[in-house]
Amino acid sequence: MTDPANSSFTSIDQYLESSLDTVESTENRVLELAQQCGLPEEDAYQLGYAVREAVVNAVVHGNRYSANKKVHLLIRKQGSTLEIVVEDEGQGFDEQKQGDPLAEENLLAQSGRGLMIIRAFVDEVDIVRTEAGGTRVAMRKHLPATDAV
Amino acid sequence: MSVKLTMRQVGDVTVIDAAGRITLGEGSSAFRDSIKDLVSKGSRKMLLNLAEVSYIDSSGIGELVSGFTTVSNAGGSLKLLNLTKRIQDLLQITKLYTIFEVFDDEAAALATFQ
Repeated sequence: MTDPANSSFTSIDQYLESSLDTVESTENRVLELAQQCGLPEEDAYQLGYAVREAVVNAVVHGNRYSANKKVHLLIRKQGSTLEIVVEDEGQGFDEQKQGDPLAEENLLAQSGRGLMIIRAFVDEVDIVRTEAGGTRVAMRKHLPATDAV
Repeated sequence: MSVKLTMRQVGDVTVIDAAGRITLGEGSSAFRDSIKDLVSKGSRKMLLNLAEVSYIDSSGIGELVSGFTTVSNAGGSLKLLNLTKRIQDLLQITKLYTIFEVFDDEAAALATFQ
C-alpha cells in the first residue's frame, strides 16, 4: 500500500482577507488539493463544501468582513489525512447556544445550518476558541489508500 | 457563475428555471429578490426548477427556506422540481424534505397546484 498523496503536496499556511473572494479562492484551492491527494470526486466536493462553510463563517460571522481582521488558513497532510484549519479573529461563539437546526421550531430558520453540514461532510471536526478569542475550525478528511503500481 | 433565473408561466403557475450556483452574495440575493418581486406582482403558485443548479451552499439553502416562507405567508406555495443528487442529499441532511414538496416530473408537479 502506498500513500496516495504524492510527494508534490505542499502545505499552505496563509492569512487571507475577510472577503467573499477568499471564500471562492479557498474552496477552489481545496478542490485542487483534494484531487491532487486522490480523493474521489464526491469526497472532494464534500470537503470543498465544508471548507467553504467554515470560511463563510469566519468572514461573515467571525471577522464581519473587517479589513483589519484576517482568516488564517492552514492546509496540511498528516499521514493519510488531509487537515484544513480555518481560524478567525472574531469574538468566538458558543455552539451550545446555537439552536438545533433540526428541531421542528428551527426548520424554517434562514441560517444556522453550516456547522451541521460541515459535520456531515468531513470525517472529523474540532471547533475551539482561540487564545485571542476567535474561532478555530479544524476539519479532517481521510485519504484513500491505493495499491502500489 | 452566479444563478440565472428564467420565469415562465404555465397556467397560473410560475415556473422558475434556475441555473448556476445559489451561494452567499449575488446568487442568494438574486433569488430572494425574484421571489419577493413575484409575490408583489400577485404570483402565489411557484415551481422552482433546480435541474441546472450545480451548487447550493447553506446561505442558498436559507434563501430557499426564506422564499418558501415568503410565498406561504402570502397564502401561496413554492414547490421544488428536478433536484440533483447533491441537492437531494442537502435537503436530507437539513431535514428540509419534511418542509418542501419535491417533484421530478414537471407535469405531475403542475397538477398538484390545481
